[in-house]
Amino acid sequence: MKPAPFEYADPHTVEEAVTLLAAHGDDAKVLAGGQSLVPMLALRLARPSIVVDVNRVAGLDSITPSGTGVAVGALVRQRTLERWAADRLPLLTAALRHVGHAPIRTRGTVAGSVAHADPASELPALLLCLDGVVVAQSRRSTRTIAAAEFFQGPLMTALAPDELVTETRWKLPAAHAGWGFREMARRHGDFALVGVAVVLTLARGAVADARIALFGAAATPVRAGAAEQALRGQPPSESALAEAARLATTGLETVSDLHAPAAYRASVARTLTARALADAAARAKDAP
Amino acid sequence: MTPRTVHLTVNGAPHAVTVEPRRTLTDVLREDLGLTGTHIGCEHGVCGACTVLWDGQPVRSCLLFAIQLDGAALTTVEGLSDGERLHPIQEAFWATHGLQCGFCTPGILLTAKALLDDNPSPDETEIREAIGGNLCRCTGYHFIVQAIVAAARRRTST
Repeated sequence: MKPAPFEYADPHTVEEAVTLLAAHGDDAKVLAGGQSLVPMLALRLARPSIVVDVNRVAGLDSITPSGTGVAVGALVRQRTLERWAADRLPLLTAALRHVGHAPIRTRGTVAGSVAHADPASELPALLLCLDGVVVAQSRRSTRTIAAAEFFQGPLMTALAPDELVTETRWKLPAAHAGWGFREMARRHGDFALVGVAVVLTLARGAVADARIALFGAAATPVRAGAAEQALRGQPPSESALAEAARLATTGLETVSDLHAPAAYRASVARTLTARALADAAARAKDAP
Repeated sequence: MTPRTVHLTVNGAPHAVTVEPRRTLTDVLREDLGLTGTHIGCEHGVCGACTVLWDGQPVRSCLLFAIQLDGAALTTVEGLSDGERLHPIQEAFWATHGLQCGFCTPGILLTAKALLDDNPSPDETEIREAIGGNLCRCTGYHFIVQAIVAAARRRTST
């Protein structure tokens, strides 16, 4: 349970950090909060030759709201965002409360969880649900990657080995939108067996926009496009929401593991989606 | 590999330790500083036995490398009591039998301290949520929760 030896660097600027990543490529691992990386090092599932600790990099720890969204610096801790979002984006606070436990969130970063891309994690699915983007910087370029393109497989992302996530950007739902978040785990704080985040916007008694993102269900977080489409224009009746939940989990390639077989996950995903949609519909305020 | 000297303040006392990058804070507290009150359970962030306070916030010391902590101010369980005088939270654990084997106790005491510093009168749900990341394999959670309730009362009444 002790990590294999590694070299350690603690750059103070993004420039220094990406220079180290350019020099070491796949041999380097970026250390932010360390709540996923350090266990992987301890279990020797990761054996980088150098750990690039970005915790002392200046300028990455702010939460910057803009008109329609919020930019979250790569070193913003999950606990900080959980508190910030409580009265601004309660969906995010609800989801963050399921990320590990308070001592994990004190240290764990928002961007680190996104970059780690565990398919059972809440934050990647939330980024997908809120049409977020990842800002990645390297010596070559600075680019933005939409969440829909970012997550490519379990612990696999569109990031190149020389790229550092410097920020994640989240779109704020309309003030009158409703939200739902449901998760099933064996114990609170464990990785989700399956979970779902929903944002519903209503206008004149019908669904104007729906966003449904599932996690823990497949190899990456997934948006339920067919269900979202089917809901648009429909009144949020029990039958319409049940049908959307059915569509959201139809064709979903759920995974089987020690904790739950695929069919069980699919069944729970459908039930949780229906409940999250009902929560969101109840919270949504009708817009004229 | 390449060692580095870092300066830490632990329970108010300054220390300089020279550490290899892969050494966790838990190991440095226990082996280099002799502060064996911080316990090692799972060593990968699951059990909470190694919880310490960094600037008053609870963190897993097994998920931090000591080399990262130059300049940090830490509190371990040894920093709670005032000599022989128990901290009010410790006293509450003693009075309500909030421990059995005691292995998880240091992590729980510090987690409870961080909770009560932030929220002086938590309800039982909030207490259970706060200590959700601390495993007690004696499964004595009921008395632990009561101890924290009692500690909150002692604190608010003094």
